[in-house]
Amino acid sequence: MENSASSEAFVRFEGVQKSYDGKLLVVKDLNIDIPRGEFLTMLGPSGSGKTTSLMMLAGFETATKGNIYLNGQTINNVAPHKRGIGMVFQNYALFPHMTVAENLAFPLQVRNMGKSDIEERVKRALDMVELGTFGDRRPAQLSGGQQQRVAVARALVFEPELILMDEPLGALDKNLREQMQYEIKHIHEQLGVTVVYVTHDQSEALTMSNRIAVFNDGVIQQLAPPTELYEKPTNSFVAQFIGENNKLSGTLKSTQGGLCTVRLPTGEEVTALDINTVGLNKESTLSLRPERVFLEPVEGQCDNVFNGKVEEVIYLGDHKRVRMNVCGHNDFIVKVPNSTDNKGLEVGGITPIGWSSNDCRALDPA
Amino acid sequence: MMTNTVEAEGQLTPEEQKRLTADMHRSLRRKKFRALFLVAPLLIFIMVTFVAPIISMLYRSVDNPQVLEYMPNTSAALADWDGQEIPDEATFAALVKDLAEGRKNHTIGKAATRLNYERSKMRSLITGTARKAGRLKPPYKDKVIKIKAGWADIDTWKIIKRESKSLTASYYIAAFDMETTPDGEIKMLPEKERVYFKMLWRTVWMSVLITLLTLLLGYPVSYLLASLPMRTANTLMILVLLPFWTSLLVRTSSWIALLQGQGVINDILVWFGLVNDDNRLSMIYNATGTVITMTHILLPFMILPLYSVMKTIPPSYMRAARSLGATPFTAFFRVYLPQSVPGISAGAILVFILAIGYYITPALVGGQTGQFIGNMIAYHMQGSLNWGLAAALGVILLVLVMGIYALYSRIVGNNNQMTLR
Repeated sequence: MENSASSEAFVRFEGVQKSYDGKLLVVKDLNIDIPRGEFLTMLGPSGSGKTTSLMMLAGFETATKGNIYLNGQTINNVAPHKRGIGMVFQNYALFPHMTVAENLAFPLQVRNMGKSDIEERVKRALDMVELGTFGDRRPAQLSGGQQQRVAVARALVFEPELILMDEPLGALDKNLREQMQYEIKHIHEQLGVTVVYVTHDQSEALTMSNRIAVFNDGVIQQLAPPTELYEKPTNSFVAQFIGENNKLSGTLKSTQGGLCTVRLPTGEEVTALDINTVGLNKESTLSLRPERVFLEPVEGQCDNVFNGKVEEVIYLGDHKRVRMNVCGHNDFIVKVPNSTDNKGLEVGGITPIGWSSNDCRALDPA
Repeated sequence: MMTNTVEAEGQLTPEEQKRLTADMHRSLRRKKFRALFLVAPLLIFIMVTFVAPIISMLYRSVDNPQVLEYMPNTSAALADWDGQEIPDEATFAALVKDLAEGRKNHTIGKAATRLNYERSKMRSLITGTARKAGRLKPPYKDKVIKIKAGWADIDTWKIIKRESKSLTASYYIAAFDMETTPDGEIKMLPEKERVYFKMLWRTVWMSVLITLLTLLLGYPVSYLLASLPMRTANTLMILVLLPFWTSLLVRTSSWIALLQGQGVINDILVWFGLVNDDNRLSMIYNATGTVITMTHILLPFMILPLYSVMKTIPPSYMRAARSLGATPFTAFFRVYLPQSVPGISAGAILVFILAIGYYITPALVGGQTGQFIGNMIAYHMQGSLNWGLAAALGVILLVLVMGIYALYSRIVGNNNQMTLR
């Protein structure tokens, strides 16, 4: 986990637990330090505790145990409206009976700001999200993307230092979602606010975040920057959840200098990085990215070479996805860049494949 | 460029448009027939049991056949009468003929009753004369006047002439607490005799009060129901609906048991010494009883529309308001309440319209001061048998309700549009 000094943490979860029914922990012992200005994403499947954690930070749920600090102060007993945290909701929660400008003015009015001051800030916020002329419209008259922008502007207009976003792009179609990802990222960079973002969409998390906390089963599985998370997953859940992954299960036979040997049920032995194994002769899951597998490897290029039988070839334009039967697994995926020389991929054909032991990670049994 | 082309292509010549419209109608015709076929049984049922009676009621409030039908000769004889002096012998002959025939056919009473509405003592005048009419020999004029002196009164004849038209406004005139003098002048009744307007006004303000009370009591309950988890809400909903499954009479009578002089509530108050035993509160058989009982009975009609609207207000709105810095109080009044307005207005209009036409409960617990206009209508239907007046009162009530509904849809309709726009 992160070792940043706790005094510098802007948001800090310390041993936070949450249970709704007194029997089951939805969040088990959550510890995160979020420095000022960071874009942190909580990523995980539904029911993993990520939204509950966000709601505890916003003040809509109370922690069963543990403390949440904001700017060094514990906020467990601070009412949501006194926390000064901006929030963007899943379905925007724009007030339908108010115009866009009235929606934006709302947080300023409840803070008893002057009328001219409010007008100016609303205008500035609308300009920031490029909706300068939309102030008089009602939310229902806007497209999904425009509503999204208004929601972001409303969460920012009172200049909070912390913004929470709860799957804000879930309702948008794919193109718009990608565009909005960049816009939110740019706003974050421009304003330097701290953002805590919740999503179950891994590509969204990878695109936008400084760091990603992968949640599963109420526990953070790994907290790391996107590249590290993808390149160096530390357990098989993260390896499987982020990106595409080839999973081979076997028994750990030997370890030596950071490398280890895993024997597969079909008898083959694979050399891999020893990352998170539980002990000799115990189960281990090997994780291997499809783009790190080579077809017909040159002599000496790979220290793991096996034969694969082509089961299926899917043409995806820039690359081909080849499903192969390797070492008894018939769901072994290889990504082959589309070039003129890989013609020999015919279904049923046997092709030698290989990968470097540095690209293959031996992890805990899934 | 792109849009220009599309627009140019999208433009249809008037002829093409006409053809397109015709094609559209043809393709939809089958669907329309199907729809009509499906609703036909209900439509027929409503026509027979609902629309037809209403039309008949509308007509009955102006229908005036009695004098024309049962005193045809008198009506005809009076048609050319100038109203300056007592009619001539020929008219009296016609009168005697009508009375004798009417008595024989047992129909003269209907005409007598009808004329009695216009002026009391008309009934005894006519029936008294009719009893002897069969034995009279001409000339009639003096003999008839001898039987009943009322026939020498020129006003008697003016009223008969006036009411021998097949349509009348006199029921409406009566319903507005007015009367027509024999000379045809319409004026208000003396203050003491005005009943209907007072009754109508009381019905309206008590209905408004009942509506406000149901709103006051129903809003928090609906809010609770809408914010609870589904299972708990359903259980509580049964408690709200329970009164629906109980007979109206049972509910009303149980209020009698609670509120009457020797009832539960008075007993408790006396027992605690809050009320003197000789001075028990009168909470029933008056306006208070009507308001309490009807508020209870109509409460579900407020809760259900409120609940169904509140259910559609996502909790995230309140959360958003809180996160933007609003206190729970501000968040409620500025974000939640405005969005629950459609529920408030739907519930209010429902309760108000139900209340304004209520009749059983005021009849049972209303005493003298808690009667509604509905009870008056019922009295004229069943007691005085003045159906014309009952119909006129009914029409006035109907018009009032329709007017209020029009006002409602004007205000709320516009509001809804504003939200959707």
